[in-house]
Amino acid sequence: MTVTADLLLEATGVSKTYGAVVALKSASLAVRPGEVHALVGANGAGKSTFVKILTGVVHPDAGRIVVRGRERTAHSPAEARRGGLISVYQEPSLIPDLDIRANLRLTETPREPFRHWLGELGLRDLDLSTLARRLPLASLRIIDLARALAIEPDVLMLDEMTAALPANLTERVLDVLGRVRGGDRSVIFISHRLIEIAAVCDRATVLREGETVGVVDVTAGTEERIVELMLGQSVEALSARTAAVAGPESRARAATPRISARSLSSGTRLNDASFDLYPGEVLGVVALEGQGQDELFDILAGSERPRGGELLVDGKPANFRHPADAIRVGLVYVAADRAEALLMQRSIRENIALPFSSRLRHWGLIDLGREREKVDGAVATLQIDARAGGEVRRLSGGNQQKVTIARWVAGGVRTMLCFDPTRGIDIRTKTQIYRLLRDMADAGAAILLYTSELKEVQLVCDRAIVIFGGRVVGEVSAAEGDEPTLLRAAYNLRSESAVPEGVAAMLASTSSGADASTPAGPGPSEVPQ
Amino acid sequence: MTAAVRANRWLDAAAWRNLFRDRPLIPLTGLLLLLVITIQIADPGIVTLPWWGVIMRASVPLAILAGCQTLTMLTGGIDLSVATVASMAGFVTATFVNSPGGWVQGMAVALAAAALAGLVTGIGVGVFRVHPLIMTLAMSFVVLGFSNVWQLQMVQTGAGVPSQLRWVGSNLLLDVIPYSFLVFVPLTLLILLGLRRTGYGRLLFAIGDNPIAARLSGVRSPQILIVLYVISAVLAAIAGLIISGFTNTASVSLADTYLLPSVAAAVIGGTSIMGGRGGFAGTIVGALILTVLTALLTVLGLPEPTRQIVFGSIIVVVAAAYTRVTGES
Repeated sequence: MTVTADLLLEATGVSKTYGAVVALKSASLAVRPGEVHALVGANGAGKSTFVKILTGVVHPDAGRIVVRGRERTAHSPAEARRGGLISVYQEPSLIPDLDIRANLRLTETPREPFRHWLGELGLRDLDLSTLARRLPLASLRIIDLARALAIEPDVLMLDEMTAALPANLTERVLDVLGRVRGGDRSVIFISHRLIEIAAVCDRATVLREGETVGVVDVTAGTEERIVELMLGQSVEALSARTAAVAGPESRARAATPRISARSLSSGTRLNDASFDLYPGEVLGVVALEGQGQDELFDILAGSERPRGGELLVDGKPANFRHPADAIRVGLVYVAADRAEALLMQRSIRENIALPFSSRLRHWGLIDLGREREKVDGAVATLQIDARAGGEVRRLSGGNQQKVTIARWVAGGVRTMLCFDPTRGIDIRTKTQIYRLLRDMADAGAAILLYTSELKEVQLVCDRAIVIFGGRVVGEVSAAEGDEPTLLRAAYNLRSESAVPEGVAAMLASTSSGADASTPAGPGPSEVPQ
Repeated sequence: MTAAVRANRWLDAAAWRNLFRDRPLIPLTGLLLLLVITIQIADPGIVTLPWWGVIMRASVPLAILAGCQTLTMLTGGIDLSVATVASMAGFVTATFVNSPGGWVQGMAVALAAAALAGLVTGIGVGVFRVHPLIMTLAMSFVVLGFSNVWQLQMVQTGAGVPSQLRWVGSNLLLDVIPYSFLVFVPLTLLILLGLRRTGYGRLLFAIGDNPIAARLSGVRSPQILIVLYVISAVLAAIAGLIISGFTNTASVSLADTYLLPSVAAAVIGGTSIMGGRGGFAGTIVGALILTVLTALLTVLGLPEPTRQIVFGSIIVVVAAAYTRVTGES
């Protein structure tokens, strides 16, 4: 370790407990002047708590934070800002109903430097009198970053800022970060994509289970080391199942399809989706963002009614008016957005029991013994950490996601519709979810799995359909569904050279890092002008 | 050393916060006792068993009306029609005293009318998605209008609060237990058990916590909301009967003064107006707190404006305390 005086920011022994849950045990971070420093950790490692403490949103139970040799106790984000630490989050912090100029005035952002950084980031022609809500999300993120850069903070913290940026803009951001570094200003960079960390960061601090478990110098090949530190175990565990995908296809095809979609269409996005889902298989759905997969899942889950086409469930026509109708014929839906699926203020038990205990027509008392049995069974199957079970909102993201799945597992699954169930959760939980989906399929359930992480197709699916422009444009078997193939299919391309350069470059290095989510990024339409 | 540790535990804000959040009944009961002690100091000897009887008697109708607010607030709603529905029920019953069917028929008509009003409210809120605040406010005008029409029709027949209602509403068993407990205790058990142990109770919490999640789990909220507002209106009508017996009056605006305290009692009792959090036990303590507070302010001989200010301030402080402890920390 370096001498304290050389450090721009130093946090030591930071801890935070929420009730019975230890979010941070002993986290430390040392940022040198002029470096880009990565902060990484699987979900539940305490990363978000640590970030909140650094930015003054949450008060630590113990620990010291020293900025430029002076101990700091930020009691609010505003104080942290004055102390020279500015954060940029995934969600842009601009007021939608004000124009950009008014937004700048709110934060007293100097105009000229802002213009300069905006130009550097590739938005030179932005009209400052545009209302914020009229700009695409990606542009707002860039504006947010330019605004932070213009203030010239000592420490700039980017919290998952690139997670939802199209590839070309991500490259620009990384490029600019590379140039900000130097002098005596530093950047704390938080991202799930190890490829980005490898591209711009000098060092990386790794958190696991609330503790700083290592600080590594980032050089070529350190991704492996970072992943190992994050996992606390070898990476092989993840790929253990890959080889086991054998031919359930022959077995599956003989039966009546659980779901038959015939030319389903909805709104403007979904035009002609046809496919069959058989019992005993995991069918992947591969698509870039906004190709109609959201609409497809809404129809199957009973949330929306199709504009056209036909849906057969177990060979019989289905016409869902409400999610309850879909559930009655065995179609259950696991949403990607946990805020959409969970009763955050209620207990794990109530959340899991919601579909089967809470029936209007069931006027009598709930049989608590039977309910406990079912709930405990599901909690055990999914290995949910139920210590903070009184309120689901106190659970980690991964545990929350497990609760949304456990709800259906408790009642027995016939057909499960999973919309990106592993988005934003840690590798260990992902692996558990993969195994569970496989086990359910092997037990005869039918699983439809949309995933934005293409490598999941080979890990869990038997085959995958590709949706592009609202149509099912192809089918790929798991054996040939490696990431380049799937990505080309998702872009509806035939030849290898046609993959956009940035994406291909990312893809090449992604395969080595286990947690680097593949940019199944927004289509070209979403890229700002 | 041990003393220091103990002092530390007492001063540990997080532990207090957790206590407040997970077991709100304990600090609430503490607040209630604090008020009782204060009133005893202000007027030594006032706190006796009969005094408790009087306090409980006054709290019963308030607690029932606050129960309406609790149930509706759990779903993220509110019921501003309770006061007019309660008044209507007491008034309608009184107008039947001299009719052939007598007060029993009057009560039946009153409860049926309340249920009808609740049904319409429930359809408005559940099916047509009118905000409960607006829907119940509008319904309270409609009910008041009908009450006035009824009053014009009935002005000749003469009216009077039935003696049975007076007995239930105002008499005390052995000077301590109000006879209204005959109604209140079974209702309380029903509501407590209903909220904790039935699927319907769980659904109220579910809808209030996250309507989207509830829907995706197959919950059809319109049916639940219709049933809810019918229950709320019938409870309000029962409270109205007790109030008219307690005050020995029947008028179309009898229960008006109960409306805001009923909301306040539910809020003080720990029910979140945003839905998904709370319960009836806290509400009952909330109603007791408000009643004792009113008694205390009277004993202190404060002028009316001062009383109102203190009353309001205490509600704000308690509500703010809840927001602090239940919010993301």
